[in-house]
Amino acid sequence: MDLAMTEAETLQGSTGPTGAGPEAKARSLWSDAWHQLRRNPVFIVSALLIVFLVLIAIWPQLIASGDPLKCDLGKSEQGSAPGHPFGYDTQGCDVYTRTVYGARASITVGVCATVGAALLGSVLGGLAGFFGGWWDALLSRIADIFFGIPIILGGLVLLSVVTSSTVWPVVGFIVLLGWPQISRIARGSVITAKQNDYVQAARALGASNTRMLLRHVAPNAVAPVIVVATIALGTYIALEATLSFLGVGLRPPTVSWGIDISNAAQSIRNAPHMLLWPAGALSITVLAFIMLGDAVRDALDPKLR
Amino acid sequence: MLLDVRDLQVEFRTRDGVAKAVNGVTYSVEPGETLAVLGESGSGKSVTAQAIMGILDMPPGRITAGEINFRGRDLLKLREEERRKVRGAEMAMIFQDALSSLNPVLSVGAQLGEMFVVHQGMSRKDARAKAVELMDRVRIPAAKERVGQYPHQFSGGMRQRIMIAMALALEPALIIADEPTTALDVTVQAQVMDLLAELQRELNMGLILITHDLGVVADVADKIAVMYAGRIVESAPVHDIYKAPAHPYTRGLLDSIPRLDQKGHELYAIKGLPPNLTAIPPGCAFNPRCPRAQDVCRTDVPPLARVSEDRESACHFWKETLRDA
Repeated sequence: MDLAMTEAETLQGSTGPTGAGPEAKARSLWSDAWHQLRRNPVFIVSALLIVFLVLIAIWPQLIASGDPLKCDLGKSEQGSAPGHPFGYDTQGCDVYTRTVYGARASITVGVCATVGAALLGSVLGGLAGFFGGWWDALLSRIADIFFGIPIILGGLVLLSVVTSSTVWPVVGFIVLLGWPQISRIARGSVITAKQNDYVQAARALGASNTRMLLRHVAPNAVAPVIVVATIALGTYIALEATLSFLGVGLRPPTVSWGIDISNAAQSIRNAPHMLLWPAGALSITVLAFIMLGDAVRDALDPKLR
Repeated sequence: MLLDVRDLQVEFRTRDGVAKAVNGVTYSVEPGETLAVLGESGSGKSVTAQAIMGILDMPPGRITAGEINFRGRDLLKLREEERRKVRGAEMAMIFQDALSSLNPVLSVGAQLGEMFVVHQGMSRKDARAKAVELMDRVRIPAAKERVGQYPHQFSGGMRQRIMIAMALALEPALIIADEPTTALDVTVQAQVMDLLAELQRELNMGLILITHDLGVVADVADKIAVMYAGRIVESAPVHDIYKAPAHPYTRGLLDSIPRLDQKGHELYAIKGLPPNLTAIPPGCAFNPRCPRAQDVCRTDVPPLARVSEDRESACHFWKETLRDA
């Protein structure tokens, strides 16, 4: 009797993994998510677009041979010409070259602001969720204060005093206003992960707070943060363009879609092509990142499968 | 004496008032001995165990009185850092649901090996070899191939074996098993219990087995403590209790087991519900549900009376209960 049972379980135990089919190799949440992503057309399209955008952000010379700052006033607002498919803007600069070079500012701001906000937000929110108590209360209230700042108004006030023409003040501003959103998500998912039995089990087996947080809580809490951060990246790019459009974001001579859209808006009746191309590039970029975020969410959230 | 819990009291501050989860529990475990702690949900058996392990959530939990003497020192007087070194190395815990007690994003090998990394500073590679050894020890087939697999790829019985392996990794002196077989198939339950009992003998560990399954207890326990509303109502060597319970609550638990020779009868159930821990009835906590309750039961808390040399019962009428058994 006893022997028969042992055999039965041995059998069950050894066929368990192979019973699930040929692809039942050791698969973690992440490899599972990757497997899911690879078959999602939304992911493939958005990932290809993003790879392309990142490439031209790093090496715009790959597809644009001209200089975005070399302009010929004599060609102001002219339509497309051979070698200049998108035409010229008010200053006589090549719209195609400027659109290509504009990717750099947008991608840089988007990526840096997202990384900054995600790091700051998840560290602060994660610690608040894990340790709770007064630190949690204090941090949540501080986050609420930053939530209360209207983004456009805050940008107009804070960035109008900055004189630097680099991307960093804009990145800093977005991080400052973006981290509370991430910290709320991180706090929530750390609280959820903390309550898992395996965290209690790790504690019962003598793991320290640091080890529990880094090895058991964080890996199980990071997925929602990644999803929110990916989607936020798209909105941060749009935010940079908005701030630049309003004249408080990036400034010339930095080449930015927001600046170009702002300039083009003044002559939209005479030369709509000036607006069309940078605005289109901006929309596609934001769309690509939001689609990527959606695909990542689908892959990481088992409830949606 | 390996573990000696004296008059332990634990309460939880909740919005509805103070819930007195443990109200003066005293029990002890010798090396190699198995103590079964029986009781319904909310009787305080798990909270006592968490207090011993030092993994009680504080707040809202609070240990208000008592001592936990383990190998000659009072654990409640240790600093948290010293306490942490005791956990896992000298005492370990096996949880009810092995699937949720294993981290889904780490391979079982990594989790088993973590014991050695945390407590002995072993390198990851050596720890992995140790993990294979442990998996062999709890008789997981093809341990070498499966060490890199994730918890969801194991069957329920195998996962509980992994939990046992984790608890036993550093050969602790005391194991607390909190309903280790409740989440398992009936057929697998017996194997897991047998394995646990065998390893316990081999390592001469003390074992506290928390359960509400009287069938499991009979085979493996040396003595039993029955808990009700945060108090021990009866403690006795295992065979005495099955022969003749000395507390009406124990009696009720035993009568609630389905029996083959009582086919056709309706199964007995203890009437009513366990008391709300924020408002434990005065007198004997069991009196509203007790078939034997008299006026004295509603006013006086029954002290633990000595029934025999190694047996106690907290009932005003233990003599009558014992006689009628």
